[in-house]
Amino acid sequence: MTVRVPVSGPGHDGAGADDGRILEVEHLTMRFGGLIAVDDISFIARNRQITAIIGPNGAGKTTVFNCLTGFYKPTVGRLTLHHPSRGPFFLERMEGFRIPQQAQVARTFQNVRLFNAMSVLENLIVAQHNQLMKASLFSIAGLLGLKRYRDAELKAVERARYWLDRIGLTEKADLDAAHLPYGDQRRLEIARAMCLQPVLLCLDEPAAGLNPRETHALNDLLLSIRDDFGIGILLIEHDMNVVMGISDHIVVLDYGRLIADGLPEAVRNDPTVIRAYLGEEEDEELPVEVAADLAAEQGEPGRA
Amino acid sequence: MTVPAAASAGFLVSALKESAFFALIALVLAVPLVGLRTVQEVGGLQIEPRWAWVAIAVGAVFVGRFLLGSLRHLLAMRGPRKERPAVAAALQASLRYLAPLLVVFAVALPFLPIADRYVLDVAILVLTYIMLGWGLNIVVGLAGLLDLGYVAFYAVGAYSYALFALNFGLSFWVCLPIAGLLAACFGVLLGFPVLRLRGDYLAIVTLGFGEMVRIILINWYALTNGPDGLSGIPRPSFFGLPFAFKDPGGETFHSFFEIAYSPGHRVIFLYYLILALALLTNLFTLRIRKLPVGRTWEALREDETACRSLGINPTNTKLTAFAIGAMFAGFAGSFFATRQGFISPESFTFIESAIIVAIVVLGGMGSQIGIVIAAVLLIGGPEFVRELQEFRMLAFGGLMVLIMIWRPRGLLSFREPTLRLHPIPGRGGSPLPPPADSSP
Repeated sequence: MTVRVPVSGPGHDGAGADDGRILEVEHLTMRFGGLIAVDDISFIARNRQITAIIGPNGAGKTTVFNCLTGFYKPTVGRLTLHHPSRGPFFLERMEGFRIPQQAQVARTFQNVRLFNAMSVLENLIVAQHNQLMKASLFSIAGLLGLKRYRDAELKAVERARYWLDRIGLTEKADLDAAHLPYGDQRRLEIARAMCLQPVLLCLDEPAAGLNPRETHALNDLLLSIRDDFGIGILLIEHDMNVVMGISDHIVVLDYGRLIADGLPEAVRNDPTVIRAYLGEEEDEELPVEVAADLAAEQGEPGRA
Repeated sequence: MTVPAAASAGFLVSALKESAFFALIALVLAVPLVGLRTVQEVGGLQIEPRWAWVAIAVGAVFVGRFLLGSLRHLLAMRGPRKERPAVAAALQASLRYLAPLLVVFAVALPFLPIADRYVLDVAILVLTYIMLGWGLNIVVGLAGLLDLGYVAFYAVGAYSYALFALNFGLSFWVCLPIAGLLAACFGVLLGFPVLRLRGDYLAIVTLGFGEMVRIILINWYALTNGPDGLSGIPRPSFFGLPFAFKDPGGETFHSFFEIAYSPGHRVIFLYYLILALALLTNLFTLRIRKLPVGRTWEALREDETACRSLGINPTNTKLTAFAIGAMFAGFAGSFFATRQGFISPESFTFIESAIIVAIVVLGGMGSQIGIVIAAVLLIGGPEFVRELQEFRMLAFGGLMVLIMIWRPRGLLSFREPTLRLHPIPGRGGSPLPPPADSSP
């Protein structure tokens, strides 16, 4: 079922999409039995911005992604996607596969999920399934070999070729996806998501397992996607070079809670974040007496 | 010279040890299987030991294993093995010519001197299984849904033709699409409950579905005549002209074409009918592989989660695969009914499903021509070695084991992409325009 309910009610006075916000997460909570994986999180992601979601392992980052892309139904919360042309979608009410299909939210996975036995080009063509399906009149025009379908396929190949050029895999287009080196597989997965022509791109640890040179190239790719297509990018990442290098806005989670939300500079210096994520600074935590003892001990060698 | 000598001595010891181990296994197996024999005596069955035979069997295994080990050792000493991929590539290249050659051979077969009634009957049987294999290949090979109850759709097709023809007097050509449609409906019916199942669980449920259909056929006496089966199913006519010597209603095939009557005409017609149906299945599969539906089937086989993240509806995709696969089984079923003239639930047991799955797996999942070779081997092979009699099933099993050792992924397991960005020169493939210079 298409859910395209007009946004109304408190907090939604119709001005929502005007300030460039693409995604609004409100009070998102996800429970698995007794475990609260995500606890009352609210944040906003905007167009033409890279919003990074960071946090230690198990903080609930991937769970947020799974709620956004329909793999989980949130226990509580509203996920509003302000689609620039199709109006707002309430993602939490939509069936999984309709989120990419209608709301145009694309994602990649923490452990790369390509169609391994299919060629690189085929991976990108499958991503354009819904347009091709329409053009082929559910395959009938395709079976008959009508021009209508052939044109649509050529267009799909053209888009695939554009993305292959962009990620530098044009030469390897006819290889099986499984035979690509790991870094290429990561980039191919991003290209496949972009072939959906998304308005919001969710990337789950795209830099994991990449070497520094590949990471640098990835940064450039993500920045150029943001600037050329003007879409919002949500990014889960552990690599601080990537996060601090390209994010416009950072959301920090810890044990399912949102502990910081702001510009990279502000988040970098936030003491809560430093404690939770970058490790505790010992002298801040120590009780006063112990700290005094320590200071005395450290002074001793000099005295002796 | 001392180093090779020492290596040889070391090899000798290890080879002897290995041979002794295999001889021990042979001994354990041979004592009950070869060593003890029951003979009919006056007082009843008596056990007669045959230790000499056991000794021969164990000795043969010991010597055979030793020779095999030595052969491998010698080959290894002669240097590294030659590249295997070259063989595979040559085989793949030759396939392009093999497929048209096979079609030409199949079309010409009835007019070749070797084609007597028996050969044609075997050929019809093999072609039926090729068609079933191609149909199941859509479900198992492309969509990756292991279906162990495929014979149920074959049965639905056969019974729908038989029932429509017997009760309403509809002709074969009217019944064929109806049978396909009904089988497709049953495919959807099976598809719905198994949408969330994968792998082993899916296999078990489909197996159960196949048995359910067979048991319904046995027990619904009023409709299906139960285990007695349906007989007197009308034979196909040549677009209205029956293959009889005389027809009270008018012209027959031989009188219309003014040729001498021969009972072989009907066999040849049946042969061409199943050939046409099988080729239709093949063309359809080759075509749909390159369409969005076909690509999605393969994508679903590779990764269902990724499919969902790309906005592909997994429900519809699976159901179309089940329905279209079942439709071809329905066509094959009506052909089976019209060819046999008699059907009963006996013809649709689990072993039929198992053979069809074996053909698809042995041929190499998704490979059209691999299925042809596997069907010829599995169905035609046993027919042509009838002289072996009781050793037929042994040879059948041995062949399967050998193929699985030699090519664990099936006879022909390479996959050609459905479209190429850089077509290989001299080979067909959808030509694509050169890259547009203006692309951003």
